[in-house]
Amino acid sequence: MKKINTEPLFKRQNYFLRIGAVITVVMLLMIVVGYFWTPYSTTQMNADLKFAGPSLAHPFGTDNFGRDIFSRVTEGAGTTFFIAVCVVLIGCIGGTIIGSLTGYFGGAADTILMHICDAITAFPSILMALVIIAAFGGGKYRIILILGILFIPSFARVVRGEFVRQKNLNYIYSARLMGAGHFRIMFRHILPNTIPVLLPAISIGFNNAVLAEASMSYLSIGVQPPDASLGRMLSEAQVYLGKAPWYAIFTGLVIVLLILGFSLLGEGLQQKNRR
Amino acid sequence: MKYIVKKLITLIITLFVVSFLAFLAFQVISGDAATSMLGTNATPEQVAQLRAELGLDRPVLVQYGDWLGSFLQGDMGTSYTYNIPVRELIAQRLPVTALLTLMSFILILVVSFPLGLLAAEQEGRLLDRSLTISNQIIMSIPPIFVGILLSFVFGEVLRVFVPGNFVSYKEDLPAFLLYMLFPAISIALPRIAMTVKMLRSSVLNEMGKNYIYTAYSRGHSRSSALVSHALPNAMIPVVAFLAVSIAEMAAASIIVEQIFSVPGIGRLLLASISNRDVPVVQAIVVILAFWVVAVNFIADILYQYMDPRVRLS
Amino acid sequence: MFKKRMLTLFLLLTLVALALCACGDSTQPGNQDDSEDHSSGEIVYGGEIVVGIAQDLEDSLDPYQMVAAGTREVLFNLFEGLVKPNSAGDYVPAVASDYSISDDRLTYTFTLRDGVLFHNGETVTADDVLYSFETCASTTIDLSLQAALDGIQDISAEGNTVTITLTEPNNDFISYVAGVYIIPQDYADQATNPVGTGPFHFVSRSIQEELVMEKFEDYWGQAAYLDKVTFKIYEDANAKMSALGAGAIDITSHLTVDQADVLSSEYTVLEGTMNLVQALYLNNAVAPFDNVLVRQAMCYAVNVQEILDLTANGHGTKVGTSIYPAFTKYFDATLSDYYTYDPDKARDLLEEAGYGDGFSMTITVPSNYTPHVNTAEVLVEQLAAVGIDASISTIEWDTWLNDVYNGRNFESTVIGFDAATLTAGALLDRWVSTNGKNMINFNNADYDSLIAQAETTTDDDAQTELYKQAARILTEQAANVYIQDMADLVAIKNNLTGYQFYPLYVMDMSTVHYVQ
Repeated sequence: MKKINTEPLFKRQNYFLRIGAVITVVMLLMIVVGYFWTPYSTTQMNADLKFAGPSLAHPFGTDNFGRDIFSRVTEGAGTTFFIAVCVVLIGCIGGTIIGSLTGYFGGAADTILMHICDAITAFPSILMALVIIAAFGGGKYRIILILGILFIPSFARVVRGEFVRQKNLNYIYSARLMGAGHFRIMFRHILPNTIPVLLPAISIGFNNAVLAEASMSYLSIGVQPPDASLGRMLSEAQVYLGKAPWYAIFTGLVIVLLILGFSLLGEGLQQKNRR
Repeated sequence: MKYIVKKLITLIITLFVVSFLAFLAFQVISGDAATSMLGTNATPEQVAQLRAELGLDRPVLVQYGDWLGSFLQGDMGTSYTYNIPVRELIAQRLPVTALLTLMSFILILVVSFPLGLLAAEQEGRLLDRSLTISNQIIMSIPPIFVGILLSFVFGEVLRVFVPGNFVSYKEDLPAFLLYMLFPAISIALPRIAMTVKMLRSSVLNEMGKNYIYTAYSRGHSRSSALVSHALPNAMIPVVAFLAVSIAEMAAASIIVEQIFSVPGIGRLLLASISNRDVPVVQAIVVILAFWVVAVNFIADILYQYMDPRVRLS
Repeated sequence: MFKKRMLTLFLLLTLVALALCACGDSTQPGNQDDSEDHSSGEIVYGGEIVVGIAQDLEDSLDPYQMVAAGTREVLFNLFEGLVKPNSAGDYVPAVASDYSISDDRLTYTFTLRDGVLFHNGETVTADDVLYSFETCASTTIDLSLQAALDGIQDISAEGNTVTITLTEPNNDFISYVAGVYIIPQDYADQATNPVGTGPFHFVSRSIQEELVMEKFEDYWGQAAYLDKVTFKIYEDANAKMSALGAGAIDITSHLTVDQADVLSSEYTVLEGTMNLVQALYLNNAVAPFDNVLVRQAMCYAVNVQEILDLTANGHGTKVGTSIYPAFTKYFDATLSDYYTYDPDKARDLLEEAGYGDGFSMTITVPSNYTPHVNTAEVLVEQLAAVGIDASISTIEWDTWLNDVYNGRNFESTVIGFDAATLTAGALLDRWVSTNGKNMINFNNADYDSLIAQAETTTDDDAQTELYKQAARILTEQAANVYIQDMADLVAIKNNLTGYQFYPLYVMDMSTVHYVQ
């Protein structure tokens, strides 16, 4: 009755980590290969092949221009992956800087920066996206910038919370007594200890970045045609759902796999850490 | 009390900042109500003329002051696009989005609590494992894809509802609820998965603590210790998460309203942004910001109420 | 599975039949695919229908305050002027029973029809007409209409006769008279509860949801067959398709071929044209598009047939200048084939212009118009074949209006221009070098003088000839890369009939009826 199930838990960790790793490696392999080579050109159109169903020649079928969906999904996954990684990087670095400063020093700067983060969270992201587009112009880089900024507050909150908690712990007092400077304490002592909370935030952030890219593309604020991204393809596919359901389904599946791989990996790592 | 006053001041400042930023945003984005209204059969001179008539050629601060002045007196202004009072527009739309959010929230509560507790109770067994795995998969499905799949499967294949044929709650409440069930599921699904996961790990965390062993020694069974002792404490982080979710759901409904053609605040916001209908956008931005800040505020108070340790510090 | 195949086959056959119809019809005046009797049976009076429309009525309902084509399309059923357009593109008497124009083309005399009633039950008087003209002239935000009304020197009424005197002749004046909807004097509620004289009267409107109108029993002319029409708004194409799939819509227009393709056998698909000129509009003031050779090279590089095949299964009508085919009076079919697809020639011309190695360009497209975005995607591929590296920038419609249309800050754009009135001027005037709407900065002295002559010519044939010559200049100078007038597919339930295509952007519900 009081038995604590360590054994199955242990097995499951490996399970998560392994499956996550397998999916992620396969996806990354597909992305890397796709960067250099795809079975068909991703832009070549063919009126005779419009909406061809899945077949041996076109495993995922073709789209409204007769383009091979498998090739485009490969390219799209690469674009989406690139965007998500950049967004998480911007969010994580920006959030860590803001979060560590505000959490460690507190005071007026803390209040103001946290208010700004609140305002960003409360502000409609579409409106923000339009402002950034108007100010900085187009391409997939704008989507990275927009999402990056939108992601900073959540990382900042996580890091700030951890800094507030850690700065009052005994080891920091000892470090201070030993004459360590603020920045040394912040980055050499506290920062490494925030990794257990940052890791899940990064894993969730990656998922959210992929989802956000899809949402932005759904509202036509995103990657420019004819470039492929998973979000853009999904929103295009929705229009042809009745005629070519495979378009939406395969694109959607690749998105799910991409996110699933990373979240399992993150979950697995977290549990390994916790042990 | 001092805390509440401080929070209220914060709320007001945030609303003020957000509304000003939104106003400023329209100075950066190109196009305004005049270009939007005249379309492709007008000359630039004619656009300038209309712009002057609408007062859009005045300095930003004057326009903002004007808006703020009447807003504070309870007048939200008149929509450029529809030429009817903004208050009327909002009154038509707000209930729809509010009901959508409420339905999603109820779905989350009703589904995730039993599942989360069940998973914790069955820890390590087949049910727990399959729940954990399906949770991971569900969390990986974009809401757009959920929406697309739902409207395809239930709308086109099974014909349970007709996507796009929204029925107002005023006309036919059961039909409205049936229609809204699907957008509500799209919003709720990933959050259900997250809540289940969170509740499970939070409960299990509590179950390992000494007071649970005390409960066992007092003759409680595992499930009774779980529900009557572990759950109340395990609720604390879950409540915080749910509060954040409610705030997020308003934003999530923007996309979902679009997919399912639900005439709520989100669709009105998108349309008003693209029409440069500033008075309408301003009103919605303030409402959404108020929602986000107020919900977080209430969550804070709840948090303190539920966890005496926070109250002390 | 078998059932599905049969369905596909049936749809395919329907489409083939339609395609054939469309080809056979291309020499007919207008683009009427006369829908009368597509299912034979007796006319049934009464009934209700749901009409699916793709855009919200983003307007006030005040007839003088609305500008969006989508609003006009619907409110055409509520309002009428002294005259109104018919499906053949002529202006026929409406609130007036008759009108005459003096020989010097300065005086228009309208005789009011007896016993025309407003939806509120009041009789239309000459005072209402005067009030309508005055209110329209002072409040309309359709500034072309305002300009035309400014040319009125005097308007007066005597009994049931209204006389309008112009300061100078205006050949298009009658088309503007049709735009002055007659409304009751001193009725203040037009913006939310419009009252006119049309075959339907307004019932209710929910923004982004629907607009409901009912049959006006006391209509002066042939009363509508249907009792009630609900225009339901489906801004999301997918939602509209689902509603069609579930049979929740009775009539909808502006379907794409791909959409029409998946409809069930419950619907008949009618084909007309959108009545607009879709082109890759080039900013003639920026390099390299200031070079006529480059523009011509691009015309040779673009394969219009392939665009039609890829984006619309071959539907749509090729155009070669800023006139669409429904304008039979001015449309010159030979211009459509002036440039035949010839990539080699395109490369030669580029070489000659000094762009042998090609160049880079940006095509700016409003993101909400999927057909234009799709066309742009095909253009990118075709231009790449002759060494032109084009990239697409999709922007919001309002940003497009501001930056591209009004600001003229662009290289090229794909868009469709329609005509506000049924006059050649509505399509051609804008390319005069001094015209404020000359977005592409087209600057050709011959063109300017031809249009100026045409405007002052009173002889109809001579005027038509001048406009045709002007249109030819646009082709020869390759002002833009002209593409097509897009196919407009209308889906209508099999038990409904009587839908008529207009050469303008309107949806006339008064002729639609159920059949046994």
